[in-house]
Amino acid sequence: MIKSKVVLRFPASVVEQPFIYTLIKEYNIIANILKANINPRKEGNMVVELKAAESDFKAGIEFLQERGVMVLPLERQIVWWEDRCTQCGFCTAICPTDALWMERPKMTVSFCSEKCIVCEQCLKACPARAMEALYQAEE
Amino acid sequence: MSQLRSIKEINEKISKGQAVVATAEEVLSIVAEQGVEEAARRVDVVTTGTFGPMCSSGAFLNLGHTTPRMRMTKVYLNGVNAYAGIAAVDVYLGATEIPETDPANTNFPGDFNYGGAHVIEDLVAGKKVRLEALSYGTNCYPRRKLETYITLDDINEAYLFNPRNCYQNYNVAVNLSERTIYTYMGILKPELGNATYSSAGQLSPLLNDPYYRTIGVGTKIFLGGGIGYVAWQGTQHNPCVQRSANGVPREGAGTLALIGDLKQMKAKYLRGVSFLGYGVSMQVGVGIPIPILDVETMRYATVKDEDIVAQVVDYGEAYPQGSGGSLGEVTYAELKSGKIIVQGREVPTAPLSSYPKALEIAQLLKHWIEKGEFTLAEPVATLPSADSSIKMHKLTEKGGNTND
Repeated sequence: MIKSKVVLRFPASVVEQPFIYTLIKEYNIIANILKANINPRKEGNMVVELKAAESDFKAGIEFLQERGVMVLPLERQIVWWEDRCTQCGFCTAICPTDALWMERPKMTVSFCSEKCIVCEQCLKACPARAMEALYQAEE
Repeated sequence: MSQLRSIKEINEKISKGQAVVATAEEVLSIVAEQGVEEAARRVDVVTTGTFGPMCSSGAFLNLGHTTPRMRMTKVYLNGVNAYAGIAAVDVYLGATEIPETDPANTNFPGDFNYGGAHVIEDLVAGKKVRLEALSYGTNCYPRRKLETYITLDDINEAYLFNPRNCYQNYNVAVNLSERTIYTYMGILKPELGNATYSSAGQLSPLLNDPYYRTIGVGTKIFLGGGIGYVAWQGTQHNPCVQRSANGVPREGAGTLALIGDLKQMKAKYLRGVSFLGYGVSMQVGVGIPIPILDVETMRYATVKDEDIVAQVVDYGEAYPQGSGGSLGEVTYAELKSGKIIVQGREVPTAPLSSYPKALEIAQLLKHWIEKGEFTLAEPVATLPSADSSIKMHKLTEKGGNTND
């Protein structure tokens, strides 16, 4: 079995076709849609977790690519919404890599994304909910 | 102690734009350079600030009358229950109230993403808030059901009334147990994995006026970005705890009940917050001016982080069970350094109260006073102080019938 999160980009020309239905029905792929949207130019963007036997998984990806769907590896990124952050500093006790850190003695909070290992512990630890995990395609 | 100036004289200087104002941080270097007596002669007002989670907060709202009229019995704002056991369309929305549909801690630890504090923040931010109300109906108030939207501008009076804010000092929380715990002091990792604290220390209002010599009932303050007042001593006001030689309580002591017009406030100084596994709270920004009436007032207002101690308390066992005391004392200077020593071990620290926001508030209040936009109010009554012999009552369970 392979389980992988990917980003699918649907050009406007194919956005109305039932790809996920086909993946499930024809390729025995378990698809768990994490996020999906269609932009004003009618291009689709979907973050989906696909789980299937290796041969089905490969065939399913080939099917998508043949129909013009871009399949991109997924990168999770933690984003610090500075305007929502109230600079309390509690996250700095939870972050295991000091990606969230305080400048002392000013006690201001900063986020260094290079140090972040995307453990996601900060997401619910932050009382002001200023941290968010965004799924982005690696490009 | 000879008086240097009165509040009336300070207000005259403020209205002429001549008042000399310093934040509780700035005044430290002024005193270090010039000495406390000269500093007291030169500075008229010291501004303090704090911005931390203050659960005992909430807002009274008058929602206005519908046609036909309704005596609202059950009121929900964005699904959060507001207390309606007062007059027809008056409610009190408590900061920590969560929607009845919130799973709370059934799936431990609960997220508590939205509650009363978030509704207050949304109202202050000008957002539309869904109002649902139910009633049993009376001759004078026949309506039984209402579903609509309100905004802060639509409703009549809206004022914050916080029964317990501005705690004068507080515990430092640690966890001696073997499991992670989820508390109002944040997530505490097992076996002294971290320590949390919640005070602005040297900027905190009541730590700069430890015996409440200038802060009293009627003191005019910065509350949530608008103007507010001290309404009373806060709940659990406990001024008779142990104090250091500088008069500063060594543990949680005095508190303030605060009131202020919600319509003047700003969402950046009133924030709904979620404590994993605990619940919802509200970060409240408060700034209190201290009139430098004499040298003694200035001496108290120049308290430094290294001169304020707090008690380290185990939230794994001692606090929840109400058993056990302190694991030791640490200063706010130590807490702010990022690590403290507890039971011989180095423990990383993190605050829950925002020092940069507290400073921002003290600076903003200073700016208001300097520009002549904010004058001081003479307190109309003093708060019970260290000589009041107040004792906190424990709630003991008693058997038998009520009136036996």
